[in-house]
Amino acid sequence: MQYIGERLLPGQLGHLFVILSLVASLVAAIAYFKSTQSDLPEDKESWKRLARIAFSLDIISVFAIFFLLIFLIQSHYFEYFYVYKNSSTELEPKYILSCLWSASEGSFLLWTLWHAVLGGVLMFKGKEWEAPVMTVISFAQFCLATMLLGIYFFGKKVGASPFALFRQQMPELPLFASDDYVTKIKDGNGLNPLLQNYWMVIHPPVLFLGFASTIVPFAYGIAGLWTKKFGEVMKAALPWALFSAAVLGLGIMMGAAWAYESLTFGGYWAWDPVENASLVPWLVLVCGIHTLLAYRSTGHSLRATHLFFILQFILILYSTFLTRSGILGDSSVHSFADLGMNIQLLLFVLVFLIPALILFAGRYKQIPNIVKEESISSREFWLFVGSLVLFLSAVYIISFTSLPVFNNVTDKKSALGEDQEYTYNRVMVLVTSILGLLTAITQYLKYKNTNRDFILKKIGVPTVISLIISVLISIFGGIHYDKYGAGYLAAIHVALFAAVYSVVANAMYIWVGMKGDIKKAGASVAHFGFGLVLVGILISSSKKEVISFNTSGIAVPFGEDSKENSKENLTLVRGQELSMLNYKVNYRKDTFFTGDPKRYFEINFQDKEKGEEFNLYPNAFINYKGNTGLMANPDSKHYWNKDIFTYITSLPDPEKNKDTANFHDKTVKIGEKIFFASGYMTVDTVTSAYERTRINTKAADSVVALKISVIGKDSSNHLAQPLLVYTKGNSVSIPDTVLSQDLSVRLNAITTDGINIGVKESDSLLQYVTLKAYVFPMINILWIGIIVMVIGFLMSMWRRFKNV
Amino acid sequence: MQTFLQRNLFSTNFAFRLIMKKTHILILVLIAAAVGYMIMSMGSLSTYESIASAKQKQGKFVNVIAKLDKSQPVEYDALKNPNYLSFTAVDSLGNTAKVIYHSPKPPELEHTERVVLKGKMQGDVFECQNILLKCPSKYKDDPKNVQKSLNENTQQ
Repeated sequence: MQYIGERLLPGQLGHLFVILSLVASLVAAIAYFKSTQSDLPEDKESWKRLARIAFSLDIISVFAIFFLLIFLIQSHYFEYFYVYKNSSTELEPKYILSCLWSASEGSFLLWTLWHAVLGGVLMFKGKEWEAPVMTVISFAQFCLATMLLGIYFFGKKVGASPFALFRQQMPELPLFASDDYVTKIKDGNGLNPLLQNYWMVIHPPVLFLGFASTIVPFAYGIAGLWTKKFGEVMKAALPWALFSAAVLGLGIMMGAAWAYESLTFGGYWAWDPVENASLVPWLVLVCGIHTLLAYRSTGHSLRATHLFFILQFILILYSTFLTRSGILGDSSVHSFADLGMNIQLLLFVLVFLIPALILFAGRYKQIPNIVKEESISSREFWLFVGSLVLFLSAVYIISFTSLPVFNNVTDKKSALGEDQEYTYNRVMVLVTSILGLLTAITQYLKYKNTNRDFILKKIGVPTVISLIISVLISIFGGIHYDKYGAGYLAAIHVALFAAVYSVVANAMYIWVGMKGDIKKAGASVAHFGFGLVLVGILISSSKKEVISFNTSGIAVPFGEDSKENSKENLTLVRGQELSMLNYKVNYRKDTFFTGDPKRYFEINFQDKEKGEEFNLYPNAFINYKGNTGLMANPDSKHYWNKDIFTYITSLPDPEKNKDTANFHDKTVKIGEKIFFASGYMTVDTVTSAYERTRINTKAADSVVALKISVIGKDSSNHLAQPLLVYTKGNSVSIPDTVLSQDLSVRLNAITTDGINIGVKESDSLLQYVTLKAYVFPMINILWIGIIVMVIGFLMSMWRRFKNV
Repeated sequence: MQTFLQRNLFSTNFAFRLIMKKTHILILVLIAAAVGYMIMSMGSLSTYESIASAKQKQGKFVNVIAKLDKSQPVEYDALKNPNYLSFTAVDSLGNTAKVIYHSPKPPELEHTERVVLKGKMQGDVFECQNILLKCPSKYKDDPKNVQKSLNENTQQ
C-alpha cells in the first residue's frame, strides 16, 4: 500500500547515520588497534590518522542521530513509534529532551553521545596513550551502535531503532489499513507523568555522563596491561577517574534528590536494585582511585588498581543488564519492561568482561609489585585497607541486589527478607564507622612511615573536638532509633562519631596539614563532604518521623507484626481541621494551572505553639492520558534543620460517590433549631443580600436569600446561604453546601406558614484526601555534603590534569 | 622425603612463608568476615510462594505473585479508615486468599496485570506489608495497550 503523508526522509537519514556510526566506530577500533600493535612509528601514525577520521565520523553520526530524533519529537511526527510512544503535542517544551531519553533507545543514544564527546577530548588529550585507550572506547561505541540498529540478523533482533515507523512496529493494528493514517493520529501517547518533572531534564544527562565516563579509567587500565607500561598509564588515568567519580556520584545523588523531592518513595534512598546497581560501580571506582594514589607515591597496590578499574566498568555494564533485561521486574519499584534484547545485553557485558579478565590474569605476574610490606603507620597501608572495606561493601550490596539473577540461574525462588533496607543498613552502618575513622585519620599519616609523636600531636585536637560534638549530638540529638534493638542503636551512635570525626579532621587538615593551601586540598574537601554526607544520612534516617498518624476513623486492632505500616495515613476532609503531631492541618481547596495537567491540593499547616502557618501543595495526575488512578507528587516545606514532607496517598473514588441522597423538605420558623446528623442549624434572616462566589444573578428580577447558621458537633460555626432566584416569572432554587458537615440546604419557598427548606445529608459531598506526612531532620547536611564532595573531586581532578 | 620435611618444615624460611604478610592476613580476615556475614544474612531471606504453599508456611514472611480477583469486592473507605484495605488475590494456580493491607489502596490496583504481595499468611488471611504493582500502562509496547492509547489519540 502507498501511504499518504508520511515524512520518511528524517527516519531514513537516521537509519543511515546509525549504520554509519556502527561502521565508523568499528573501523576506528580496528585502526586504533593496529596503531597500538605496530612497531614502526610511521605505521603507528598512519593507522592513527585513519582511526581519527573514522572516530570523527562516528562523532558526527551520533550527533546527527541525536538532532534528528529531537527534530522528530519537536515536529510531532507521530508516524514514528518512538515519537508516538514518548511524546505528545501538549508537552511543555522543556520536556522535549526528557522524551528523548525517557525510553531505552534514547538513553543508549545519550550514553553513546557522551562516549563520542569523551572520545573527542581523548583524541586531543590522550597523547601517547590515545591509540590503546581509544581502541577500547571505539569498540564500546560499536557495541552501543548495535543497540540502536533495530534490524533482524539471522532471525534475531539486534537492537531497537528509535527511527522505526509505527506501522512497521505494529502492522496488525487496524489503523494501518487506511492509507491516510498519518492524518488520523492527532496526538501522541505522551511522556509518562512520573517523568514530567524538571529532574527528568537534568538527572539523566549527568548520570549518563557519569556512566559513560567510567569507560576512560577502564580503557587506561586495559591500555596499561596491553602495552605493559602499567604504572605510567595508570598515573595518566587518575584525573579521568576523579572526573568520573565526581559526575557519577553527582548523577546518582541527583536521582536520590529526585526520589526525595518528587516521588512518593518516602525518602531519598530505598536500596532499590536500580539505585544499588549504579552505586556499586561508583564504590569500586572510588576504591581504584585510592589504591592508585597509594601506587603513585609508594609503588604499592598497582594490581589492585588495575582490577578495580576493570571491575567498575564491568559493573556499569552489569547494571545496564539488570535494569533493562526485565529481570528485576518483581523486586524493584521501578518497572522495566523486558526489551527482548537480553542476549545482546548479556553479550555486551561478556564481550568486555572476558577479554579484560584474560588480559589481567595473563599480565598479573608482570604488574610491578613491591614485595616488602607496607608499614602499619603508613598512609598507603590504610588507603588499601579502606579500599578493601569499601570493595567488600560493594560486593555485599551487589550480591543481594543480584538475587533475581541467581534465581534465574539456579531456579531457586528467594527474595530479600522482611525489611529490605535493614538488610543493607546493618552492614553499611559498620562500614560507615570504619570509613569515617579511616577518612579522618589517613590524611594525617605520611606515605611510607609516620612518626608516632607526629600523629598524636596533629590528630589530638580534631579527635577531642569530634568526640565532644558527637557526644553532644548523641545526648541532645534525640536519636532513639530502637526498632532493631540497642545494638543497632549503639552502632548508629558509633557511626555518628566516626562521621563527625571525618568532617572535623578533614576540615582541620586543610589548615594543619595543608597550611591552608586550598589548591592542594581537593582530597580534604571531598572527604569533608563525604563526612557530611554520612552525618546527614545517619541523622535524617534515624530521626525520620511519620507525623500523619491516624487520629480519625475507626481504630482497627493491628497485629503486632504490622505495627510498622499501620495508621501512617491520615484522611483530611475539606474544611475540617485535624491535629497532626504539633500541627493543625486543614485541607482547603484544589488548584489547577493552565498548561499543567496536575491537580494541586492546598493543605494548610499551623504550628500549635508558635502559630506559624504555611501551605503545602502536594499534587497529582488524576486519570491522566489513560493512566488510571492517581500519580502523586509530594511537596515539602524546607527549614534549615528539617523538612516537612507530604504526599497524597488516596482520593475519593468518583464512581463510588455518586450522589444518591435526597432533599428532605420541612417548614421552619426563624430561629428554630433544625437538627441533622452531625449538628444543628438555625435560619437567622431572610434577605435579598448574599455573598456567594461564582453565582451571577444580574439578569434576575429578584433574589431571596437565607442566612443559616450551621453549628457542627465540634461546635464549628458555618454559614449557609441558599437562594431562590426569580427570573421572568420562573423561580430557581440554588442550594448551598457545607462540605465539612456533609450538608446541603436549599430554599423551596417562603409561605405564610414559614420557610420551606430542603436538607440533604450525604457522604458524596465530602471532599477529602488521604495523605502521609513525614519530618526529615537535617536532610540539608546530606545535600550540602554531596555538593562539597563533588567540588572536592573536581578540585583534585583539576590539579592532577595540570600535573599529567 | 624425610629430608625434605626436615629441610623445609623446620626451617625458619618455611615458617616465615607460613606467616603471611599482614596485608594478606587482613584481607583474609575481612573476606572471611564478609562471607560469614553474607551466609548469616541468607538465613533472613524470604521466598516466592504460591498461595497454597504460603498457607503451609503460616506466619512466615513470603512473596506471593498473584492477581486481583475482580469477582470479589475491594474494600477500602478512606473516611472510615485510611489504613485498611482488603481484597481477594488469586494466583496462577487458581487459589485465592483474602489480603489485608494496612495502607491506602494503591491507585492502580484495579488495573494491574499482577501484584507482588509481601507479607505473612495468618490463617486464611494474607497480612500484606507491601504491594508491588505491575501495571500494563507501563508496558507501552504491548499492541493491546497501544490500541487503547490510539483510540484516544486518533480521529476516525
